[in-house]
Amino acid sequence: MPGITREEVAHLAKLARLELSDGELDHFAGQLDAIIGAVAAVSDVSDADVPPTSHPLPLTNVMRPDEVRPSLTPEQALSGAPAQEQQRFKVPQILGEE
Amino acid sequence: MTVTYEDALASYEPVMGLEVHVELGTKTKMFCGCSTELKQDPNSQTCPTCLGLPGALPVVNAIGVESAIKIGLALNCDIAEWCRFARKNYFYPDMPKNFQTSQYDEPIAFNGYLDVQLEDGEVFRVEIERAHMEEDTGKSLHVGGATGRIHGASHSLLDYNRAGIPLIEIVTKPITGAGERAPEVAKAYVAELRELIKALDVSEARMEQGQMRCDVNLSLMKPGAEKFGTRSETKNVNSLRSVERAVRSEISRHAEVLNGGGTIIQETRHFHEDTGSTTSGRVKEEAEDYRYFPEPDLVPVAPSREWVEQLRAGLPELPRLRRNRLREEWGITQHDMQSVLNAGAIGPIVATIDAGADAAAARKWWMGELARHANETGVELGELPVTPEQVARVAALVQEGSLNDKLARQVLEGVLKGEGTPDEVVEARGLKIVKDEGALGAAVEEAIAGNPDIAKKVRDGKIQAAGALVGAVMKATRGQADAGRAREMILEKLGVEG
Ligand SMILES: [Zn+2]
Repeated sequence: MPGITREEVAHLAKLARLELSDGELDHFAGQLDAIIGAVAAVSDVSDADVPPTSHPLPLTNVMRPDEVRPSLTPEQALSGAPAQEQQRFKVPQILGEE
Repeated sequence: MTVTYEDALASYEPVMGLEVHVELGTKTKMFCGCSTELKQDPNSQTCPTCLGLPGALPVVNAIGVESAIKIGLALNCDIAEWCRFARKNYFYPDMPKNFQTSQYDEPIAFNGYLDVQLEDGEVFRVEIERAHMEEDTGKSLHVGGATGRIHGASHSLLDYNRAGIPLIEIVTKPITGAGERAPEVAKAYVAELRELIKALDVSEARMEQGQMRCDVNLSLMKPGAEKFGTRSETKNVNSLRSVERAVRSEISRHAEVLNGGGTIIQETRHFHEDTGSTTSGRVKEEAEDYRYFPEPDLVPVAPSREWVEQLRAGLPELPRLRRNRLREEWGITQHDMQSVLNAGAIGPIVATIDAGADAAAARKWWMGELARHANETGVELGELPVTPEQVARVAALVQEGSLNDKLARQVLEGVLKGEGTPDEVVEARGLKIVKDEGALGAAVEEAIAGNPDIAKKVRDGKIQAAGALVGAVMKATRGQADAGRAREMILEKLGVEG
């Protein structure tokens, strides 16, 4: 079972905009490798006659009619926001993009 | 050294890929019942689902799926018998869920084509890779910086009213073989797609309102090369004219870099309306960086073949075929039809003809006076405060001789100003051709008496000179005389045969 490399952890950290020190990269690579190894145990029980699935229920086409339902009020919508301004969610500076 | 467009085309073959996002005109969002009306009030159209709150479950909008299938069918695509949604993971606050619900390797529609007609009538086939369902993102406002852009901003403010609105992304296969006509093909493709979407009645597809947005991928290759060159991806090119200009400017830019011995890097670029050129954005994240995986909160979509066939049977006449039919019925050239299309006048003209006007008159008013007014006021032709029935009525008044063109223009102006129906404007402004023979006769006498030299010329046989006298009569009657009748009376008075 291929594990997760230190390079992959560095790449994911970059995507997630997390700054990790060399020590942390070693530390997390080891931890994540162990976690993925544990989850990968599932593949031992999979079989050719068990098709891969993304959903436990044998359902398709669950749809709703195009009818408007009440939304939250802006106050309710923003009630869980750590910060707000001008009736909008306030987030820190978005880095590394133009 | 600057490379001209012609030089670039002499050395390279452009390869384009066009990605168009269409915002559907559904009443509700793709996965929740929030309205899509987009009131000005920020964050007034959100719910636990589109805010990505824990425990909320999305449910697919049936009309969203139906619209996607219709678009797929109109683009001659195969419709998947079974497909799923996928999570496109990324860290950016425009989606509160930290992922966008999209489709990945199982699009609802794939392998199609759209035939587009170029200005000279040539038909170019654009192959369609796929059309898939996804959702729009929220809107960010960057504050604290000088220009409202991310660069230099201290923080950003998010409005999620738009987050979750259904989008259909339509992706072409690489478009090759267009050569120097690549910019024209790109523009014609987006224009045709827009007409198609409108004809299907799944979206108003207004580019200026962001209901239809285009990303332009472009690369250059040496003629006969096996492999495409590295491409750039120009984002959010949001008018037909800009699509054409973006392709053109990227062709020149790529050629300049390549000729100078440089390499093109795969990156996102931004198009600037003012300069007509692009600037570098961010270096493109690879597809696998989004770590797509099947959306566990939604069950697969498996459109029955009966449903698909029913939708196919209900498809309208395709816009290109309809245009060709109308062009023949109206007896106009390909070029004239293109102008009518560009002006957004097909619908109004058809409706005016349906209301009783003849084709030439309907086209004349919509493409003349009304198009000019729409241009000046910056609204679409179909949104002017005048109905096709009213235009047909004006045409009828001209036809029966109650109005001439000049008066008819004044009547339309009155209607546009909200002065009432054409008949009410005619009445209120007193705009009727003077048919009163007495009043007209007096004006004719006056014109002859006031211009003895011209009158003599006409008497001596220079009948063309009568035009000046007709002009004097028209002036005296403030344009309300029947010019034809006035000419007859002048010639009669002067004793010459018309
Ligand atoms: Zn919602």
